Amino acid sequence: MLQINKLYLSVIAGCLVPLVWLGVDIALNNLGANPIQALHIRLGDWALRFLWLTLAITPLQTMTKWRGMADYRQLLGLVAFFYATAHLVVYLIVDHGLMWRLIAIDILESAYIWFGVLAYLIIFALAITSPKLAKKRLGKNWKKLHRSIYLASGAAMIHYFWQLKGNLAEPVLYLLLIMLLLGFRILVWLKNRQFNKMMLPKGRKQ
Amino acid sequence: MIIKTHNQIPKIPSSEITDPLIFKERRKIIKTMLAMTVAGMVSPYTKAESAKSKGATVAKSKFSNASLTPTSAELVKNYTNYYEFAFDKEGSTQLAQTLRTDPWSVEISGEVEKPGAYHLETILRQQTLQERIYRFRCVEAWSMVVPWVGFSLADLLKIVKPLSTAKFVKFTTLYQPETMLNQRSTAMLTWPYVEGLRIDEAMHPLTMLAVGMYGDVLPKQNGAPLRLVVPWKYGFKSIKAIVKIELLKKPPLTTWNQSAPHEYGFYANVNPAISHPRWSQNTERQLGSGFFTPRRQTELFNGYGEQVAALYRDMDLQHFF
Ligand code: HEM
Repeated sequence: MLQINKLYLSVIAGCLVPLVWLGVDIALNNLGANPIQALHIRLGDWALRFLWLTLAITPLQTMTKWRGMADYRQLLGLVAFFYATAHLVVYLIVDHGLMWRLIAIDILESAYIWFGVLAYLIIFALAITSPKLAKKRLGKNWKKLHRSIYLASGAAMIHYFWQLKGNLAEPVLYLLLIMLLLGFRILVWLKNRQFNKMMLPKGRKQ
Repeated sequence: MIIKTHNQIPKIPSSEITDPLIFKERRKIIKTMLAMTVAGMVSPYTKAESAKSKGATVAKSKFSNASLTPTSAELVKNYTNYYEFAFDKEGSTQLAQTLRTDPWSVEISGEVEKPGAYHLETILRQQTLQERIYRFRCVEAWSMVVPWVGFSLADLLKIVKPLSTAKFVKFTTLYQPETMLNQRSTAMLTWPYVEGLRIDEAMHPLTMLAVGMYGDVLPKQNGAPLRLVVPWKYGFKSIKAIVKIELLKKPPLTTWNQSAPHEYGFYANVNPAISHPRWSQNTERQLGSGFFTPRRQTELFNGYGEQVAALYRDMDLQHFF
């Protein structure tokens, strides 16, 4: 028990490394000629990365047969929410100084941001229904609701790809990772279907 | 295919290529001319004291936005889109240092009376350099204020005498895949980079060819040794490292327009009301502005409407974006 807690704590610490790293870069004026954009982009990047990590837990669990990873999935999901929130706060306050008219025009005119907003709304809903209490209250619906993480990931991905300007190395890497993560789920799904078929009583057509 | 266009440039004897004197000379020309001509202007970069003394040859450029505070030179030197070298703005600064710019000549051809290959030094000797502080707005929604050093493109064109059939001007960047490494692949864009202007845009006095900035020669990453600056258009129109200027009857196919015609038009005039298909152009992040400083409201024609709006009087800007 103690060991698991230790691991849990180190994972939390690990999740905060990008934040500390950003803080150091801000302090050392290391963010380049456009530091606000750099800050904003780096927070968005980490939100996305933690979203992928969250999605990677289930396949890992299946492969390693190690139960008890649900806590980590919850943690990583909340960390993704945390970075997405920071990304949004930087956008609203640091970049736009809360000039709501400018913000409204920017969002309305930038299709890629609609998908960011969609992704954020979903992640937000998942984050507030993350506590055990909410899980209990929602019962069966909880699982349904939390399946929408796939929708959020899809939206975040569109948000990310649609705003790209030049550099394509990282995006292509992301695309590969997603294909792996998705591919795994499709395989599992196919396998389960196969398995279910075999379980059907003989002599009956499905 | 790409190389073909380049073969037309007169061969430069290899003995000249490594001669450092040429670069020194160009630097000297630019420096001397600056010292002479900028003396009449208040410029923190050339430390001219006598703002009132009338320069014998050059008045204070009336096209300079003297009221603007230039962006710190360090930022301008380290934030450039130069896809020939790198797809990120920091990387290109370092990689561009390998660029060979000596000797440099510009081939001027097409609908002109006096076509030919002009050595840059020859061009410079015929011009009076001016410092002009201009706004620079990138299509990616960031902006800066740069004190360029150069001369009006019109003053060069007048020397080569465009024919009445010249309706457009095509500019071509150097093709040097040994140093411009991304030119080895056409996956992203086709090379060499091409830009264009309508002849009245090219002849507009605001349109300049720059050989320097901040009182010094242009750094390589900023387009050395010769670049276009069209302050009312998005930055990608202001083509770098120009080796060819052609006067044409028809509009040239420009690089970004070719790559993504619905995203980048031929005109590319700065216009907050016409968003890029993927992002808004309503505001811009000014380089050097602090955290919590809101983005700047982008202006039509980047604030140069008074001077250039007449060029587009009868045009539907939504259509000709
Ligand atoms: C209300 C919600 C959101 C808004 C307003 C928003 C806004 C933006 C904007 C304006 C950019 C462009 C940055 C630039 O190029 O200057 C951006 C990029 C990005 N955003 Fe968001 N975003 C939102 C939600 C999200 C969410 C939920 C995620 C991830 C889970 C995310 C991940 C990213 C990423 C990865 C980038 C690209 C960074 C890069 O270029 O590498 N965003 N976002």
